[in-house]
Amino acid sequence: MQIALSVKNVTKRFGDFVAVDDVSLSVEDGKFFSILGPSGCGKTTLLRMIAGFYEQSGGTIELRGQDMTDVEPNKRPVNLVFQNLALFPMMNVYENIAFGLRRRGEKSPAIAKKVNGLLERVGLPGAGKKTIDQLSGGQRQRIAIARCLVLDPTVLLLDEPLGALDAKLREHMKVELKKLQAQVGTTFVYITHDQSEAMVMSDAVAVMNAGRFEQIGTPQELYHNPASSFVAQFVGNNNKLRAVMHKDERGGFFARYGNGMDFKVDGAFDLSGGDAYDLFVRPESLVINPVEAKQELNVMPAAVKAILFDGGNSRLLVTPDGFADELVVALPQTKQFDHIRAGDRVRIGWDASKSVCFKRADWKIYDDE
Amino acid sequence: MTTNRKRRIKWGFVVFFTPVFLWLLLLIVLPQLELLRLSFVGTGGSGFTLRNYLAFFKEPIYWLTFVRTASYAILVTLIVIVVALPVSFYITKIARVRASGFLMVLLLVPFWVSELIRVYGWMILLRESGVINQLLVRIGLFRQPVEMLYNDVTMIMGLVYTSMLFMVIPVIGVMEGLDDALIEAAYDLGAKKLAIWRTIIIPYCMPGIISGSIIVFMLVLGSYLTPNLMGGKNSLWFTEQIYNQIIIYFNWNQGAAFGFLLLALSSLIIWAVLRLTGQSLKKVIK
Repeated sequence: MQIALSVKNVTKRFGDFVAVDDVSLSVEDGKFFSILGPSGCGKTTLLRMIAGFYEQSGGTIELRGQDMTDVEPNKRPVNLVFQNLALFPMMNVYENIAFGLRRRGEKSPAIAKKVNGLLERVGLPGAGKKTIDQLSGGQRQRIAIARCLVLDPTVLLLDEPLGALDAKLREHMKVELKKLQAQVGTTFVYITHDQSEAMVMSDAVAVMNAGRFEQIGTPQELYHNPASSFVAQFVGNNNKLRAVMHKDERGGFFARYGNGMDFKVDGAFDLSGGDAYDLFVRPESLVINPVEAKQELNVMPAAVKAILFDGGNSRLLVTPDGFADELVVALPQTKQFDHIRAGDRVRIGWDASKSVCFKRADWKIYDDE
Repeated sequence: MTTNRKRRIKWGFVVFFTPVFLWLLLLIVLPQLELLRLSFVGTGGSGFTLRNYLAFFKEPIYWLTFVRTASYAILVTLIVIVVALPVSFYITKIARVRASGFLMVLLLVPFWVSELIRVYGWMILLRESGVINQLLVRIGLFRQPVEMLYNDVTMIMGLVYTSMLFMVIPVIGVMEGLDDALIEAAYDLGAKKLAIWRTIIIPYCMPGIISGSIIVFMLVLGSYLTPNLMGGKNSLWFTEQIYNQIIIYFNWNQGAAFGFLLLALSSLIIWAVLRLTGQSLKKVIK
């Protein structure tokens, strides 16, 4: 498979501030690649460097093996779908899509053929004469993408284009975008702070934090085998159990939780005795009142604080005995647990192989945490 | 109750509107009506006549002066557009916030001084014994001083200078609303600098450019001081014809007719330009 985009050790400094710090990635032709990170992590800066609006302070950016360092944005075979879409209000839909072709000096009949073909492909045939303010949010989205795709770019860059849409439409557009990408086969590099967008659409995701990549992998890899405490918490929902790692007499490790209980850990983690660790367990890995007492099962008594009913995504909020912490437990809607009420006592258990642990790190995803 | 409220609103309206109405009526409408009446009256008699208006078309010096004035006014407007666009772009998009405020003040400061003083300033610089001539002679570029005043180029430069602000301000107003992302998007889609100006910036700023053009065109067409002082005796500006008729020949009737012709013809030119550029006055005023 040919490599469409290759970023090698790219760094960007603004004065003393390092926005992007020695980042490398490569995207194969035809893949949907996402860069996921909280706001201010440097993902937009990285995207603007690929598009050519910023010059990197170090490293190289290659498109299909060609160095792009001294190539102006209007000469690069990449196009950017802007966060606010940046459709030209003084032109109608047809002229917006034809803009890039006209700049290339293509002939009118060829332009008409390409524009109309693309309008059909994005599901808006005959919309050419409409003005931009006659379009709905989702339609604008498609026109902004069509305007770039008509130029047949090597890589299409998308800067959180779903951010401005309402929740329902965003869900719909996620699926639309993925279908569109599969249909046209163009390489997409998508930037978002929404982990669900990144996971649903992407073939591969890079998780970015404070200017660096924490992990690059498929959505499944990120979800099941996070490489860092940041990834474990940022991707998907996770329970964080603060614990101290101890060594047992046989040289194995166990985690001592705040309430004094000891939990088994399983897996190849970088462990050392006596240090503070965070143990991460997914809500769906937590089992309510586990039946069989397996060897590898960690079990802990807890009190139900609240029931968060949300259809198939329902959860229990529980407080473990002896420690003021809140854990979220998936509540399967199989009628098996319908008797549970707030204030009830339950036992929660999880397979030691389904938890991950990392040395405690001092970072925050959200300011209020 | 509703009638009560209606009446109160009406009273408030009357109180505030009366001074405005009187101002308009006594100082603008009535004198204009009197001038309009005068323009249709012969020099000696009192009967209705079109002679004053026909004189404009019969005597080539009159309508040629008007054509010359209007052409130069259009030329000045075009030059002002070309100068004002990059200035506005620099102030709104390139300069930092604090610098752009300072630059705006720099633009405004000359207009705190009256037009007369500003034109005299130019004269001090440009006249035969002026600053520029002395400088050029001293460094040996000119062998002897050259008269730089009293020609068309100097006059146009002066008119561009005195009217530029009236283009920059409306254009800046519109350009501030231009999203930088539009410029970047055009650049990203393969447009060169000139194409970005032609396809994005100028079409976006068109309402500002048109309203600025109307102001500048009218100001230049009706200006008297600058063409007279900087263009000298042979400036042949149409306002001079009106001045001459009224002040020198005491022919108020002819002067009034010229005044109304100036108003009508300049309105006609503006209407034609609006039609040609596909802009409507409503859109421009908004």
